[in-house]
Amino acid sequence: MTGPLLTVAGLTRLYGARVGCRDVSFELWPGEVMGIVGESGSGKTTLLNCLSARLEPSTGHVVYDTRDDGPIDIYAMSEPRRRLLMRTDWGIVHQNPRDGLRMGVSAGANVGERLMAVGARHYGEIRAQADEWLRKVEIEPERIDDLPLTFSGGMLQRLQIARNLVTHPRLVFMDEPTGGLDVSVQARLLDLLRRLVTDLGLAAIVVTHDLAVARLLAHRLMVMRRGEVVETGLTDQVLDDPHHPYTQLLVSSVLQP
Amino acid sequence: MTTASGYNFAYLDEQTKRMIRRAILKAVAIPGYQVPFGSREMPLPYGWGTGGIQVTAAVIGPDDRLKVIDQGADDTTNAVSIRRFFARTAGVATTERTTAATVIQTRHRIPETPLTEGQILVYQVPIPEPLRWLEPRETETRRMHALADYGAMHVKLYEDIARYGRIATTYDYPVLVNDRYLMRPSPIPKFDNPKMDMSPALQLFGAGREKRIYAVPPYTKVRSLDFKDHPFAVQSWDRPCELCGATDSFLDEVVTDDRGGRMFVCSDTDHCGTRRDAAQEAAE
Repeated sequence: MTGPLLTVAGLTRLYGARVGCRDVSFELWPGEVMGIVGESGSGKTTLLNCLSARLEPSTGHVVYDTRDDGPIDIYAMSEPRRRLLMRTDWGIVHQNPRDGLRMGVSAGANVGERLMAVGARHYGEIRAQADEWLRKVEIEPERIDDLPLTFSGGMLQRLQIARNLVTHPRLVFMDEPTGGLDVSVQARLLDLLRRLVTDLGLAAIVVTHDLAVARLLAHRLMVMRRGEVVETGLTDQVLDDPHHPYTQLLVSSVLQP
Repeated sequence: MTTASGYNFAYLDEQTKRMIRRAILKAVAIPGYQVPFGSREMPLPYGWGTGGIQVTAAVIGPDDRLKVIDQGADDTTNAVSIRRFFARTAGVATTERTTAATVIQTRHRIPETPLTEGQILVYQVPIPEPLRWLEPRETETRRMHALADYGAMHVKLYEDIARYGRIATTYDYPVLVNDRYLMRPSPIPKFDNPKMDMSPALQLFGAGREKRIYAVPPYTKVRSLDFKDHPFAVQSWDRPCELCGATDSFLDEVVTDDRGGRMFVCSDTDHCGTRRDAAQEAAE
């Protein structure tokens, strides 16, 4: 019997008097994909940063079910422990792949970095794993020694995903994973993400303002407005039968081609 | 040579030397850890060995015998100037013999002759932070040191192998001191890295511009980073030194004319000279 992977209780982050996010509570179960939607400035990214141990919340708890020691509050952990967790059991996919990649070293080194950080010291094995992961994210293996600078936007995003998944994390945080990509590339990326999430049994928290992305990826949805969660529920339920007036506005403002 | 008047012993004032000694003591207590210190203006430009000179000035005493080498040679401009600087301001004896020296200030080399207990080797360091080219933020590199978070350094070595088929870093090769701190050994060739491991001599590193002192105490483990399938290896040459015939020393390539003539000779002039003298004596 396992409990929830991530338990969030009363999470509030204030920027002085202004509210980043207020009183957010939810549970995320293993293998579940949670979408966070809302307009710009609604506190989605603040919430994601608080959840992924990059921004200390003003109040509230984020408890993660670690592999070895069970549920632990991530902000009560020692820093080395937290860093290890962030680079083994977690993945963080940034909106701008340049934030999550080392642009000055080859694709292979980017994928291998996490392995080396946790102690891999065999060049051949690191390279074999990098090769395998590039294949999995549909990057031709002969580009393993190319610099990310020579990659297209979609490839960069896929490289970033490979880099995060190489240590077989259980939880991945994604901030607008398809932002800034054109529509056909978006579709391919979403397809890939969906397949990886299902194959690997990943749990994920996906922040997006694109409801189509949310519908494709997320099992459950949280709608945010002005730092507060106004509606939660199963994705289809929220999108097809929105209850809160703001959600109704959000759903109705999607352009139909 | 007469001692210059109007200077305190070894140029620096006593308070400054005390401050530097304190930094050195801390550095020795935490092998490989970079201790900040209040580096002073010295009468020569940054990059010419201001850090090394300040460390030497703080540890040298009237009974010491100083040797200064630059690229292994005792007779290059920098080595001659620094040696004369201490001869004038401290009135200490100087030598070119590695075995006779008690304090050796060096740039780019460790003497070929094995060092002994009681000797102090002072390195001039241009950039003390081994993670600098990977992480430009000082706050972040300090955090990485504090957490022994050194995976990024292997990324650089990985990148070397991916591009060149081998670890192409040949000087300033990163080492792990006492299984804890990652350290830049200053721009010595990686040929000299094994000499730092378990050395009986005290090794002090001074970076004047960057205001850092660090140390490797005697008999401390110094391990060069590598991969299991690409182990650390030093340079080798397919010919001996053309002057003394040594096969086990670090060789410099010297261009002798403008028609492609060149010769390989020991970079350590004292080592080469001693061997030639010994060979000559044996012949006579």
